[in-house]
Parts: sequence; structure tokens; C-alpha cells
Amino acid sequence: MTTVQSGNRMWDAGALTKVVLALALLLSAFPIYYMFIMATRSNEEALDVPPPLLPGGQLGENVRRLLATEDAYFVTGLINSAIVSVTVTVSVVLISTLAGFAFAKLRFRGSKIMLGLILVTMMVPLQQMGVVPLYELMVTLGWTGQLQAVILPFLVNGFGVFMMTQYASQAVPDELVEAARVDGATTMGIYRMVILPALRPGMAVLALLVFMQTWNEFMWPLIVLLPENPVVQTSIAALNQAHGTDYVMLYTGTAASVIPLFVVFVLFGRQIVGGLMEGAVKA
Amino acid sequence: MTVQLAPAPRQAHRKRTPPQRRMARFDLRGVPYLLVSPYFLLFAIFGLFPLGYTLWLSLHDWELAGDKSFTGLANYTELIVDAEFWNAVFNTVGIFVLSTIPQIVLALLLANALNKRLRGRLLLRLGVLLPLVTSVVAVAVIFSGLFARDYGLFNWMLGLVGVEPIAWQNEKWSSWIAIATMIDWRWTGYNAIILLAAMQTIPKDLYEAAALDGASARVQFWKITIPMLRPTIVFVVFISTIGGLTLFTEPVMFEGNPQMTGGTTGQYQTVAMFVVEAAFRNYEMGYASAAAWLLFVLILIGTAANYWFTRRIGGSR
Repeated sequence: MTTVQSGNRMWDAGALTKVVLALALLLSAFPIYYMFIMATRSNEEALDVPPPLLPGGQLGENVRRLLATEDAYFVTGLINSAIVSVTVTVSVVLISTLAGFAFAKLRFRGSKIMLGLILVTMMVPLQQMGVVPLYELMVTLGWTGQLQAVILPFLVNGFGVFMMTQYASQAVPDELVEAARVDGATTMGIYRMVILPALRPGMAVLALLVFMQTWNEFMWPLIVLLPENPVVQTSIAALNQAHGTDYVMLYTGTAASVIPLFVVFVLFGRQIVGGLMEGAVKA
Repeated sequence: MTVQLAPAPRQAHRKRTPPQRRMARFDLRGVPYLLVSPYFLLFAIFGLFPLGYTLWLSLHDWELAGDKSFTGLANYTELIVDAEFWNAVFNTVGIFVLSTIPQIVLALLLANALNKRLRGRLLLRLGVLLPLVTSVVAVAVIFSGLFARDYGLFNWMLGLVGVEPIAWQNEKWSSWIAIATMIDWRWTGYNAIILLAAMQTIPKDLYEAAALDGASARVQFWKITIPMLRPTIVFVVFISTIGGLTLFTEPVMFEGNPQMTGGTTGQYQTVAMFVVEAAFRNYEMGYASAAAWLLFVLILIGTAANYWFTRRIGGSR
């Protein structure tokens, strides 16, 4: 009895733990809170010392000024980011489930080597390494300044294939695949009727991660896109450069750029946490 | 009925066999390759080709508009004596060390705290992941404001204890601290969640047995938790290494303009910024390609060093 009790008490959160966690939450939330507060203030108020910590009434005015700032193309940036992120997400998830299914459940010559190759290339920072040839490729294709230039290089993702392979090998029993084969299902039939339904939760997590990652992309769009047709991140960089003294407008744009991510997070936060933790244990 | 029906399919079967069997064989042997081909096709075009072509370009002198002339290792020998390149390497490694060590320590503490029995677990986990959900650009904008010299919150707080306002962008040490803070704010919670997941796989009776033997919570943490977490710590450090050595967005946004110089004297120019500056500001494509390959070598060395170091930490305790 006593051992059980002491064992139980060992896992109770002490005062120190609670302080650590409260501090962590405060530090996590404060900069985000500060950004939203700044978006509701005027530039004069933003420069108060100490800075204001409660919302003001300038949000409407700041948004109006943001939309009126033509050289930042902010709305174009938001729409472009949505197009790019959704396209890339759909493609990565689809291609990853196809390859993941093959690697996890089908026997074919060279599959081990191919999967190993994907793992190795995951470690290479291709984006930085290949930036010069990619740019030349886009010039050759006449795609500089156009959205396909920031879509195509991201259509496949080694992490996605790895994750779907892991997920498929755990979520789908081999017997299920064999049974479907005995019933006369083709490989694509098995993919449609057995694999896809079983992979759905994993696909959701992958989709969320890829969406966030693509929305976040900065370096390549900065290089290959033009100021008048930006994605939201480069649009904020333009605001930062040309209108850096209009702090509150910059904060308003920045806040608007993270709202889609927060919506995703509020709706699917539980799955994201679960997916990250599962992936961590498997890796 | 059954007797009559039985031979019929066999006959039909015999007639249709060759194409059908060929189809079946293709379905088993060929279709798997079709399934993985979209990945490899796109990867070859947008991943492998640029990588190999960068190596080829790094052996050439090419200024975007003109011809590519083969210069052998000239770009590399030039880079090796380029003080600006080594400055960028120094900054990149410096910011990486300055951000990663506190980040891993804080993430371990946070994971340990999250591993206790608590109410509102999910909310706590979501809370520490919140910074990950903001974009890097947003983080840089917010923290550039917090680190502003004249009206920033950090300088105001330092002023309360009598420290003169710091121009964070102006010096190496201060700009490194500001950038490392941005990195750590965004990634500590994520790493804590990964470490927490691994902590939960450690059998609880290990701790209970240790407690019976009189081991304090501190001893348990060092003798059980850390050694059991070693593979995960290696993984976390590995991810941080790739992210840290390719650092780009935070310093570029911190600078506020796309000059890529990393401050007036390059005090926070990273290698990734150096590559982009060489390629798209100075149009020295071959030189930039060589720098990109040296960045890759740097990552390989960094990964190996971290692996060795992390193993030693776990092993010596």
C-alpha cells in the first residue's frame, strides 16, 4: 500500500512544476498577445514606455491603412499563400500515401534502398543547396514571378513519405491486404478501399503540418517572386522594409498572416499534438 | 447444376489466361513502382538535379548573364580565404550553439514538468505549442519590436534594473542573443512535446524501484530519464542542427531589408544569407554554389559533432 501511494505521489505536480508550467505558458502566449494588442493601437501609443498591454480602438483604422498600402500587395499575398499552401498540401498528402502504401505493404525489388534514399535526402537542406539551379530552371521555364515557381519544388516531401510509410505499416494489418487480394482486388483497388480509409487520421496530421510549413515558406518565395505578386510572408517583409516606421500596420499584417494558422490549430490542435507525439515515438 | 457449371469457368479461364495473367503480374510487380514514381520523378527534378547541378556550377565562373567558364576549384580556394564567408560561418555556428543549448535544457525541464499528473494536460500541451503555430516571419517581426532600442519592452525591463538601452542589432553578441531568442521561443515547446512523448514510454516501475532504493527525484532524472531519452535527444539535436545551420528568415527580418548583409558589418550574416547575397545581389552564381556546398559540409560536420557530443553526455552520467 505504501509503495503504491508513494509511487502515485511521485507523479503529482509539485509547486515548482506548477510555477515552471505557468511561466512557460506565459512566455508562450505573451508575444502573440503583444502582437494582437499592437494591432489595435496607434503608432503614438505603440511607442509609450512601458508599452501598452491592453487592447485599444485602432484596429479598424490599422486594417484600413494596411489595405490601402498598395506596394505591399497584402491581400494578393494572402490569396496566393492560400492557393500555394492548399495545392502543396493536397499533392504531398496524395503522393505520400501512394508511396507510403507501396513501401509499407507491397513487396518489390529495391524498395528498401529507395526508402533509405528518401531518409538520406531528408537530411539534405535541398532548399538552400539547390537555390541557384532552381532559379535558373525557373528562368528557363519563364516561371519567375509566378505561383507555380513556389508550388512545384514543394509538391513532394520526403518527410511525408516517411510518415505515411510508418503510419501504413502500423494502421493496416497485412492480413487485410492479403484478404482483399484473395477477393480479387487490384493493387489500386486495395489502395482505395483498404489503405485510404485506414490512413485518414495520419493524412489529417500530415496535411496540417504541411499546410503550416508551406504557409511559413520565406526564402524561396523571396528569391523567385516579384513584389507585385507575393506570398503573405514576403508581403510582410515588404511592409517591414518600406513601412517599418508604421509599426502598428506591420503588426496588423503580421497578425492577419497568422490567423489562418491559429484557426487550423484551434480546430485540429488535439490531432496535431497527438500526431507529433506518435511520430516522435516511432522515430 | 454444379457439375455443369464447374467446367465452364475453367474453359473461360483457359481462354483468357495470357492477358489476364500478364495483368495480374503487372499489378503485383509493376504497380508498386508506379505508386512511388510520382515522388521520385518530382524529387529528381526539384531535389536531385539542383543538388548535382550546384556541384557542377561550383566549379565554374558564371555571372548569370554570361557564359559559364570552367575554373576548377578556384571558387573553393577563394572561399577558403574569404573573411566574409568565415564570418558568416562563425555567426551561424555561434547563433546555433547559443540557441540550441538553452533550448534543449529548457525543453527537458518543460517536458519533465508536463510529464507530471496534472489537470488540463491537453490545454498545457497546446499552450506550449502555440509559438510553433506562428510563422517565423511573424516571430521575427514581434521580437524585433520587443528588442527595439528606444521603445522595446526588453530595454524598458533592463532599464528598471539600471541597464542603459542596448542597440541589439549593432553588436555581434547582442544580435546573436536576439536571434537565438526568436529561435528558442518558437522551438522549445515543440522539442518539449517530442521529449515528453519519449518520456512517457519509459516504464514507471523503473522510477518506483529507484524511489524505493532512496534515489531522489534529481538522481532519477539524471540516472533514468536522461539515459533513456538519449535517442530522442539525438533526434531533437539533429533536427535543430539542420534548422540552425540553414538559418535565414530570422536574421533577414531582423535586418528589415533584403540586403542580406546581416547588419552594417555583417555581425549576424549567416551562411544561407551569404549564399543568397552572392547569388542574387552580386550575381556570382558559381561562387554561391561553392558556398552552398561548403554549407552542406558544415552541416555534415555539425551533425557528426552533435552525435558524438550527445552520446557522451548521456553516457558519462
